[in-house]
Amino acid sequence: MSITGLEVEVERDDGFETEEMTLNMGPQHPSTHGVLRFVIKADGEVMRKATPDVGYLHRSIEKIAEKVGYASFMPYTDRVDYVAAMPCNQGWAMVTERLAGIEVPRRGEFCRVIATELNRIASHLLAVGSMAMDIGAYTPFTHALRERELINELLQELCGSRLTFNYMRIGGCAWDLPPRFGEKAIEYLDHLEPIIDEYNALISFNKIYVERLASVAVISREEAIDYNLVGPNLRGSGVKYDVRRDEPYSVYPEIDFDIPVGTGEAGIVGDSYDRYMVRIREMKECCKIIRQCLSKMEPGPVIAKVPRNLKPKPGEAYVRVESARGDMGWYCVSDGSTAPYRLKIRTGSFAAMSAIEHVSRGLMIADLVALIASLDIVAPEVDR
Amino acid sequence: MNSAEIVDRLRARFGDKIGDFDDKAGDPFVYVQPDAIDEVCGHLKNDEALAFDALSNLSGVDHPKTSTIQVVYHLYSYRHRHMIVLKVSANREDPVIRTVAGVWRAANWHEREVFDLLGVRFEGHPDLRRLLMPEDWVGHPLRKDFVEPEEYHGIKTSRESPIHGIKTSHESPTK
Repeated sequence: MSITGLEVEVERDDGFETEEMTLNMGPQHPSTHGVLRFVIKADGEVMRKATPDVGYLHRSIEKIAEKVGYASFMPYTDRVDYVAAMPCNQGWAMVTERLAGIEVPRRGEFCRVIATELNRIASHLLAVGSMAMDIGAYTPFTHALRERELINELLQELCGSRLTFNYMRIGGCAWDLPPRFGEKAIEYLDHLEPIIDEYNALISFNKIYVERLASVAVISREEAIDYNLVGPNLRGSGVKYDVRRDEPYSVYPEIDFDIPVGTGEAGIVGDSYDRYMVRIREMKECCKIIRQCLSKMEPGPVIAKVPRNLKPKPGEAYVRVESARGDMGWYCVSDGSTAPYRLKIRTGSFAAMSAIEHVSRGLMIADLVALIASLDIVAPEVDR
Repeated sequence: MNSAEIVDRLRARFGDKIGDFDDKAGDPFVYVQPDAIDEVCGHLKNDEALAFDALSNLSGVDHPKTSTIQVVYHLYSYRHRHMIVLKVSANREDPVIRTVAGVWRAANWHEREVFDLLGVRFEGHPDLRRLLMPEDWVGHPLRKDFVEPEEYHGIKTSRESPIHGIKTSHESPTK
């Protein structure tokens, strides 16, 4: 067997034939983060091709939108990506506000950003924790979930739910922050920031872990853009692009934060380790954003006056928000009635999933697990 | 570049293959002939001044009133940070559009999804199969006149409400 670069070529001259094997992975598999399935053509341990088979979690959310109307659709957006539901709430609210020409009060925008960023930390904690677990380190997972639990408690105080929040409304947010929420959030951030360093000492800079991920499943800058990979996956490939910075919305233009990108610190730019480290570093940026929002907030209303039966003028809008899995596109067509004529949700995991067939070529089967985890695929977001 | 300038540039090269430009309501968009969409997209990607290196979104919209299905392309350029929306109208009875999977690999799955849910055939697509629905599903669910089948492989798709007096969503009016 000769290994040249990343392509593993099997050459035998001892007279034995190798036979291609077809393996099935999923739909229920502990490392596939939800219900998704791969059909793998393998030559020994080396994959020739891994074809994703999706659709197990298709709930026809886009079709439901055409039936239930603008305001009533908000709880369904939680189910598009239940690991980071706040950005989905925000995307839906923003596309409707664009269509109907509604201005969100300033305090409402701050509440949205605080909730979204807290949710982003929770999502990244789950992503990095489960990534460690997928490749065999169980303890970091419990550490990450321990911290995530505290965010769930905070968000529960904010909106009564721990996962499917339904916190935002068209025109603002459902409620203002509860009393002492800001102090509790800052207390939590003061607690979290040293924990991220501790977490790094525990796993991120662990030699075995680094070598397990470095130079594995490299996605080049060009491939990432060609497949329209977004968010941490795109930034892991060295593209410094963040919707919050480059197509600013809400109050992000007033806020100072960095955009971490992959630098190939352990191997090649765009490898699994880069994607992992981008998420670790983003958590610290989220902390910065929340602190600034809390200090800039002023008293005021959190929701604009919106007609009870909202009927936006005929037209269409395409809005992009930075969800925890990156640039999320909301394309909505209005025909002037009380429900959208057509809604399309373009998600980060959908793009990541479509890239797997190409990226997995020549990888070991065990590395497929690392690839899926490093792309942070959440199955319901693929299927909608 | 803004949308109007991009459309002027396209008209200069492709002439009548580029249809009407509309910037009155919401996001501006331009119509392109179904048999020229792959050429136009290839040009949009490779022209240095335009450099649309990413296909941000591709969606299908059914319009039974005009008997057309529209496919909408949202393109984005990471180099120049500009955006353009293209629309292609196809006949609803037999919608056929040239594929752009050869221009951006991201289009592969998007086109499969539009084929699955709206029944648009993308000519030249390398692997046009259903994506989200089961392979033996009949019909295209996102079409406006789609009627949900009573059952699928002996599994009922609706059921009576077990609580007397509460209507299920199947019985209540849709709008």
